[in-house]
Order: sequence, then C-alpha cells, then structure tokens
Amino acid sequence: MSTMNKKSGDLGTWLMHIFLGVNAVIMLYPIIMMALSSFKTNKEIFSSPFSLPQSFSLDNFAVIWNETNVPRYFINSTIVTGLSVLVLLVVGTMAAYALSRYKFKGNIMISLFFLSGLMLPLRLAIIPLFIQLKTLGLVDNLLGLICIYTAMSLPATVFIMTGFLRSLPSELEDSARMDGASEFRIMVEIMVPLITPAMVIAGIYNAVPIWNDFFFPLIFIQSPEWKTLAQGLTAFFGEYSINYGVLYAGLTLAALPIMLVFIVQSRRFIAGMTAGAIK
Amino acid sequence: MAQAIDTTYENAVARRRNLRKLWLAFLLFPAMAILLTFVFLPMASAVWYSVYDWDGLVRGEFVGLANFQEVLFDARNNKFLINAFFNNVKVFIALMIVQNGLALTLALLLAREPKGYRFYQIAFFLPVILSTVIIGFQWKLFLNPIFGLVNTLLRNVGLGDWAMPWLGLPETALGSMILVNAWHWVGFPTLVFLAAIHRIPKDLIEAARLDGASEWMIARDIIWPLMAPAVTIIVVLTFIGSFNWFEIPYIMGGLEGAPAYSTDMLGLLFYRTAFGSVSAGNSDFGTGSALAVLIFIFIFTFSTIATRYLTSREVELS
Repeated sequence: MSTMNKKSGDLGTWLMHIFLGVNAVIMLYPIIMMALSSFKTNKEIFSSPFSLPQSFSLDNFAVIWNETNVPRYFINSTIVTGLSVLVLLVVGTMAAYALSRYKFKGNIMISLFFLSGLMLPLRLAIIPLFIQLKTLGLVDNLLGLICIYTAMSLPATVFIMTGFLRSLPSELEDSARMDGASEFRIMVEIMVPLITPAMVIAGIYNAVPIWNDFFFPLIFIQSPEWKTLAQGLTAFFGEYSINYGVLYAGLTLAALPIMLVFIVQSRRFIAGMTAGAIK
Repeated sequence: MAQAIDTTYENAVARRRNLRKLWLAFLLFPAMAILLTFVFLPMASAVWYSVYDWDGLVRGEFVGLANFQEVLFDARNNKFLINAFFNNVKVFIALMIVQNGLALTLALLLAREPKGYRFYQIAFFLPVILSTVIIGFQWKLFLNPIFGLVNTLLRNVGLGDWAMPWLGLPETALGSMILVNAWHWVGFPTLVFLAAIHRIPKDLIEAARLDGASEWMIARDIIWPLMAPAVTIIVVLTFIGSFNWFEIPYIMGGLEGAPAYSTDMLGLLFYRTAFGSVSAGNSDFGTGSALAVLIFIFIFTFSTIATRYLTSREVELS
C-alpha cells in the first residue's frame, strides 16, 4: 500500500498519527501504571501516584509469594488450562478429522450437531450442570472444571480444525493408502504434522478464555486450595483490601505470564483469538 | 473354487467396511460424548427444571409455567427484571457506539498501514488477552474516589470539580463500567474489522482513488459494504456479550448491582435468583431455570433475526 502513504506530511496523516498515538497511550498507560504501582509502598501510592517508584523493591511480591495462596492458584490454573487444551485438541482434532476426510452417512448431521453447540450459552445451564457435577462428585474438583471447559470449547475447535483439514489435498493420503498404511498411521504420521499450525491457533483460541475465566470456578470451586488464579484474585482482594501496593503486585503477577507470551507471539495470538470471527 | 474366492473377497470387503465404521466411531465418539454430557444434557435439563418446584437441590412437584409466571409477573421480580433488562439494553447500545465505533475508526486508519502499524496492533490488543478480573480490579483501584489515578489526574490538570466517586453514584457507575469494558475489548473488533478490510482487493481501492474518489467515499461506498460479514459477526457477538454481561458489574459493583441497582444486569439477577442473595431470598432453582430459559430464548431469537437481516445486506465480490 505504498501509494497510500504518498501524502504523508499533510494534515490528515498528522491527525491520524495523533489519533492512533493517543489511543495507544490510553491502552498502554493503565497497564504500565499497574506494573509501576506494584513496586510502591502504600505511602508512595498516596503521595506520588504518577511518579516512578522510589526503588524497584520486591517487598510486595514477597508478601504474595510468602503469605498468600496466589502461587497455588497459579498452579491450579496451569493444570486446568493445560489439561483442558490438551484433551480438547486431541478429541476435537479426531472428530474434525473424521468429518473432513471421510464421506459417510450422517456426516452432515454430526457436523450440525457440533455446529449447534456453538450457539448454546452454557452459563445459562449452570443449575443443571451444578447438580450433574455434584452427582458425579466433580464439584470443588479441578476435574469438573476441565470437563466443562473441554466440552464448551469443542464446537469451536471442531469448527476451526475442520476448516483447516478440508483445505489439505488428498494425494498424500491416497498414496499412503496405496502403500498399505493403516488409517491410524495416515492420520498420525501424515496429516497431523501438516495441521500443527492450525492446532496452535485453536489452542490459543481456547486457552486464553479458559485461563481468564472466573464464572465457572466462582460456582464450582469453594476450597481455597482448588481456586484458579482469576477466581483466587477476588479472595486475595478481600484479604488485602487496604494494602494497595500488594494488590497492584497481585494483578501484575497475574497479568505477566500471558502478557509475555503475547508480546513474543503476538501474530499467532491475534490470529488465534480472532479465529472464530474471521471467515 | 471361484465361489470360495468370492466369499473370501466379500468377507474381506465386509471386514474392511466394519473396520472403517469402528475407526470413524473411535474418532467421533469421545467428542460427541463429552459435548452431550456437559453441554447438551444440562441445556435440555434447564428447560426441564424450569417447570418444577425446587427445594434446594431436591426437585419437587411439576408446576407447569408457574415459575415463568413468577419471574415475569410477580410485582417484585418484575421490577428487578425490567430494570436489569433495560440496563443490558443500555450496555448494548453504548458498546455498539463507543466500542465498535472506535474499533471501526481504528481499523480504517490501521488499514492504511501507517508507521508503527505492528506496534499499534499489539497495543490495542494487549488488554483483550487479560482476564476481566484483572481489568475490573485494576480500574476499581484507578477509580477510587480518594487516591484513584483518575481523580488525581483530574485534580492535577485543574478539573478538580470533575473528580467524583465514579462507581459510587448511580448516574456514573454504569457509564464507567461500560467504558472499562470498551477499553478491555476494543482491540478485538478492531482487528476483526482490519482483517476484513485487508481481504478487499487492493486494486479496487487504488482504482477508486485514481478516479478521484475521496477517502470518505472509499470508506463508505467500497470498504463498508465489502466488510459487511465482519460487521455481522461483531454486532451479534456484542449483542450476546451485552446480554450475558456479568464479570465487570460483578467485580466493580457487586452482586446487587450497586449503587442502587443502577448496574444490575440479567446475568446478576439470574445468579441471585438461582443461588440466593439478600434481595432475592433463598436459592431457587425453579425460578432461576425459568429466567435462564427466558434469557436464552431472547438472545437466541434476536441473534438469529439480526444475523438474517445483516447477512441479507452483505455483498459478494464476484
């Protein structure tokens, strides 16, 4: 689009840069302030809220590490997100593989079955889900969350993976079949390596909302030792409600890992998270 | 002899066919079983539960539509329902204008690939990846009436009169939360719109520009109609998100939609009805399920109508 930039230097271009710049500041400044405040004492937060911290002391972070459950919440969130994404990628890719690479009776019906799952807002079924998980002994249990997240993410995963799998040519598959390779080997050794980029995208698409979710843990987890990070922050906020430096440190710590991954992998993140909305 | 060969051949074909069926079943069964158990079964049960009387976790008698009647027409419930519903409507309209309007502007500007294009994309998208819990608490701290950064900033630039307890006044609380939501999510529609604009063939825009079309005409007559599918998706997602709005009001205003129910939402009302609260009394799964079914029907109907209508104005490039 080089021709579009020919007019650089005129008033319109300047206005555009000012508008974009102001917006970038509005987006980034609060996050930077949150991070800076996490190094401050309460006194500094009151007396000089906008300045740099007097020292980059890690005292607030030490409080979190030593005195709160936040590290435990971290581990729980990692387990829940990791296992959910693993299961849903394996199971979702298997289903998508069947639907996209084979012609069989009922294919369209089953595709529609998965597609209709996209339109069901599971949070409105929270009451039956609660009773169901209670019966299965999965309330106050990380496994319960893993089941819910896997199930609610499957329709979108099948949808995304089917799209990618359909676009693969059938020559490779056919020649392997001629050579007598089993269907299982064709899938695992030939097709799956070709779709790993798609699996990364589907993985990010699902991992971010699962890591960030707070609604399902709010209802299904009660014990402090099983709380997830997003949910645990609410408890932590109640406990440290007047120690603002520690609160900011907790928020910064919770935001840090996902932000770092995002900055390193921004292209994949953006492609992944908008995957469901871009045809 | 020939017959013997035939049967082995047929057997082999039959065996292969069975093996294929088994293989397909193996591939499809786990996903379908999980989805049925944890999504379809509870969704269907919600409808089933709504026509029964409930005592805690125990199902009582069949009561027909009595629960629906209670949600819709009981004087007390009705007051809450209407208040929450119109708050959701306000959220939807405000987000369409503030969040999606800004996103469209940003996308149109970014589509010109200005200097710093990558940086802007990352900056606008950064809040999107963060949990609503982090965003909600962060802004609650920023909006603190005494030491919050927002009021301090206003005082520092001489607008001390504007400094107010943003989340404490019924007039400003909902607006503040909507702005926080817009700040959190604006990057998402921006990048969806941007991707849609990038799919428009560049020579089309170049040709129009060579013919002397103004930037405004290009945006209105070429880009806007051709990005219609992205607009459809964002409008429907905003609609669903607005009527499921829960996290931000829960964290910033609490379960009772403080102050004075000015930030009460259908999602909060549903939670209170189902699991009990000060205003809604004891947990009631019957009326809770009825409310859930009504919200679902409403969202489903309107998003279907909106999708139909918006899709009908989409144009295809042939």
